[in-house]
Amino acid sequence: MAFFIEVLVGGLLAGVMYSLVALGFVLIFKASGVFNFAQGAMVLTAATTYAGLIDMGWSGWAAFLAALAVMIGFALLTERLVLRPLVNQPQISLFMATIGLTFVLEGASQAVWGSVVRGLDLGIPDTPLEVKGVLISKFDLVASGTAGALVILLASFFQWTRTGRALRAVADDHQAALSVGIPLERIWALVWAAAGAVALVTGLLWGSRLGVQFALTQIALKALPVLILGGFTSIAGAIVGGLMVGASEKVAEVYLGPIIGGGIENWFPYALALLFLLVRPDGLFGEKRIERV
Amino acid sequence: MRTKKRWWWVGAVSALALVLAAPARAEGEQFIPVPSYRVGPYAAGGTSLYGGLIDYMNLINMRDGGINGVKLTWEECETEYKPDRGVECYERLKAKGPTGAAMFNFYSTGIAYALISKVAQDKIPLVTIAHGRTDAADGRYFPYVFPLITNYWSQNTDIVKYIGQREGGVAKLKGKKIVHLHHGSAYGKEPNVIFQKQAEKYGYEAKIIEVPAPGSEQQAQWLEIREFKPDWVIVTGWGVMNPAALKSAARVGFPMDHVVGNFWTGSEEDVEPVGAAAKGYISAAINPPGKDFKVIQEIERVVYGAGKGNMVEKKRVGSIYYNRGVLTGIVAVEAIKVAQGKFGKKPLTGEQIRWGLENLNLDPARIAGIGATGFIQPLKVSCADHEGGGAVKFQQWDGTKWKVISDWIQPDKEMVRPMIEESASKYAKENNITQRDCTKEST
Amino acid sequence: MIYREAGQFRTTYAADQRIFPILQDRVGMVLLLAVAFVVVPTFASDYALTALLVPMLVLALAALGLNILTGYAGQFSLGTAAFMSVGAFAAYNLQLRLPWIPLLVTFVLAGLIAAGVGMVFGLPSLRIKGFYLAVATLAAQFFVDWLFTKVGWFSNYSSSGAITAQPMVIAGISMETPVRRYLLVLSIVSLLALVVKNLSRTRSGRSWMAVRDMDVAAEVIGIPILRTKLLAFGLSSFYCGVAGALWAFAYLGTVEPQAFDLQRSFQILFMVIIGGLGTVMGAFLGAAFITLFPLFLNWLFHAVVRGGEVRAGLLSQLELVCFGALIIVFLIVEPHGFARLWQITKEKLRLWPFPH
Repeated sequence: MAFFIEVLVGGLLAGVMYSLVALGFVLIFKASGVFNFAQGAMVLTAATTYAGLIDMGWSGWAAFLAALAVMIGFALLTERLVLRPLVNQPQISLFMATIGLTFVLEGASQAVWGSVVRGLDLGIPDTPLEVKGVLISKFDLVASGTAGALVILLASFFQWTRTGRALRAVADDHQAALSVGIPLERIWALVWAAAGAVALVTGLLWGSRLGVQFALTQIALKALPVLILGGFTSIAGAIVGGLMVGASEKVAEVYLGPIIGGGIENWFPYALALLFLLVRPDGLFGEKRIERV
Repeated sequence: MRTKKRWWWVGAVSALALVLAAPARAEGEQFIPVPSYRVGPYAAGGTSLYGGLIDYMNLINMRDGGINGVKLTWEECETEYKPDRGVECYERLKAKGPTGAAMFNFYSTGIAYALISKVAQDKIPLVTIAHGRTDAADGRYFPYVFPLITNYWSQNTDIVKYIGQREGGVAKLKGKKIVHLHHGSAYGKEPNVIFQKQAEKYGYEAKIIEVPAPGSEQQAQWLEIREFKPDWVIVTGWGVMNPAALKSAARVGFPMDHVVGNFWTGSEEDVEPVGAAAKGYISAAINPPGKDFKVIQEIERVVYGAGKGNMVEKKRVGSIYYNRGVLTGIVAVEAIKVAQGKFGKKPLTGEQIRWGLENLNLDPARIAGIGATGFIQPLKVSCADHEGGGAVKFQQWDGTKWKVISDWIQPDKEMVRPMIEESASKYAKENNITQRDCTKEST
Repeated sequence: MIYREAGQFRTTYAADQRIFPILQDRVGMVLLLAVAFVVVPTFASDYALTALLVPMLVLALAALGLNILTGYAGQFSLGTAAFMSVGAFAAYNLQLRLPWIPLLVTFVLAGLIAAGVGMVFGLPSLRIKGFYLAVATLAAQFFVDWLFTKVGWFSNYSSSGAITAQPMVIAGISMETPVRRYLLVLSIVSLLALVVKNLSRTRSGRSWMAVRDMDVAAEVIGIPILRTKLLAFGLSSFYCGVAGALWAFAYLGTVEPQAFDLQRSFQILFMVIIGGLGTVMGAFLGAAFITLFPLFLNWLFHAVVRGGEVRAGLLSQLELVCFGALIIVFLIVEPHGFARLWQITKEKLRLWPFPH
């Protein structure tokens, strides 16, 4: 029984790490209707900039602020050069543009900082805590705390501030938002900058786990089942979805895996998400789409 | 009008590029293709591997004036570790140089598999050091494929032997529990069959756990390992799976000095991100790290001294993958030397160099002459045996660098060779390949 | 001046319904086919045939398949590589266990098996739409990947899971030379492209486009949604299956489940989007761009910056940046892809030399 709880708790905490990644996607989709494929590359760029600066001798906080500045700069550039010319184009063209962005970011960050693998020490020891016979990782606790804080911050921002309402209006209909005077460009720049900041935090946490290397871009894939489960447009959904995906993934791997053959972690969350979607086609918390003829 | 001008520019640029691209035909040079991967998730390893190779070739050119006066020339082609890019690079580079490509080193099992039948048709040797198709070690069916130094099966027996050594003899393995944690790909699965065969032979309890690619999340697997309470864990990993494995091991509190990785799971890139938690981790190595070898020191003196070193991060010189690249260079150059002994001191064709590879005999005296004592194991390649060695050394991470903790440990050839022959003949039957008669082929 | 329809009168319904109603178009097509079938194999180098044209054609076939699904029927799918993988493994197993079946029939059967699998994974599309469906099809991708690595029967219990495709023989003639491979692939691809083009003009094609535009309305006017969507999935997977079999047999010569990973699915999706959704021409143009352009960049950079003065790694990264930037530029210039650019060119040609 203790083992099951261990696996479950471990899974829940892993899930929180996934929801961090999913948050970035949700932010951008919520506000601009764009599925930002470049989120993984943004995580890589942010983490690499931070690690590279630390390598050059900068202090932790200075590097963090500099990396944040880089992400904000990137957001502004993207808005100006990519999003503005593509206003009101079909969703799929915007998706394709973010793919172009992925290549640009991947190439640029590796060109500037090299392809060396860097370790990242955030000062949080990864030693296990033992609580009533169940192993919990201290690092995971800190990560979930951070993710939780971010979620509360973002959710309240969207719900209660004026800019947040403007963001939701933009997500509904670009042209309508424009026509009531919402400054589209500024909103988009703001939201991409926020997603960049989330990417930085994600990059730091994942980077200290795996080392800052190219594989960080593949973390984005882990977020996709979270997005299906939680809905593309819900911040709370990102957390709930993350928890569910993380827990089910680990429990299935340990208990179901040996029966079927092991290694099912990759597709199990998708199968689960698929089942959920059949019941609720817009995700657990996603906005219900109403289609009229 | 505007469109016309634009087309003019396009035409001019293309013409210029075509003119510049006309290859400068260099007579009297041996062409060695360098199909590197400097982009993508394995770029860190690839940059070091091919950096080492290029530096060694530069050393031979600059210090020795080439191989018996024949200078080496090379061209890089980016494969991104993908089979289709690899095939394209192969086709692009195979006919370059006065006599065509000398040999190909892709350092990618996927690309190697794709080219196995092509290299036989084009008569260019494919060298797959420590990777690739294991059963190609049976040279009777694979005349143009050379899985030199060691392969996945041999090195798995090396690791089990080493574990036996640590336990006080392979007899003491009976009743112990060993886990094989592997990457969820063809590469990771390969050692499973021999891992289980050794379990029958030595009497240890074997458990195989797969990590689905790419392996950045391994918590479930390591919790399983914790439940199983094995004495040893063998890791067959690659890329991001490696630091993730070590971190997860630390989190479940598994003792790091009872985790043994294979030779693709033991580089600085794998342990540095893990930090202090990786201290004590052991891995196999086909080449030791460090700069205490004359050949590495020569590279630093001659090549880096003249500012022509290929590695931008100079502290990577002497790392595991860098040294592996130098090893690749040594094998290539020595094979060409052997071939030149028979065919003359001039640029050679792939077919001739294949003969050189097949008759490569690196004995301790020759190794000392290169300045690579302890760096490369003695190699004897033959028509039937395209592996030539099979041994690995073991090293341990002390927190800042790798320390070699064993000498060359030889593989269990009695177990491995029959399996290789069986697998190779099965392949030959499926593909209608006739067996070469090694006794008939003259040296 | 040249591209004018003046004087071309169509006097039968059949003439009106031709794929290429304009004479100049027909002449152009015949010329293109002549070049592709006769001129290219005669003059192109082995390198161009094996490493450039064959992969481009095979991927164009897969792009045609995805185009049916995403371009015509509007179902966003990311499982393309999974269906290619099914086709490749099916073809291998058929050749292995039933070697008396002729090669071309094997390809067709492999395509049909892939079609079956595609229809199964297409069932969720009845309920799920848009990006959600795309991510759901990823389930197909990962599941198929896992299945082929895990179950040894598919790869004939080889210890590594990678299998070598059997050499191709049609009617006793070996197909292993570059020219023959190219011609084989070209024939199959042109035939299937013709089928798709005609299909899009039939009732099924129109049902798909209705479903794409607004499936609620389509259902209301009586189009059977279940059948239409499943047919789209099935046909698309058939094409992807044949493409996968060709990729294994005519190009790489080996099948590893990793050769058909998520990257491949994304690559084919990019081809369809950049080439132009909903067009046959778009599949080819997109395939040409995505496969050949990075190679062109690689070659260009190496030609212009010679002597190894610049770090080779930096060059590769810069190629990637260039490629990404170009994608963005093309999308800004023409968000509907190359096919639309070509259409605009033709329209301008009809007016040439007059400006309007």
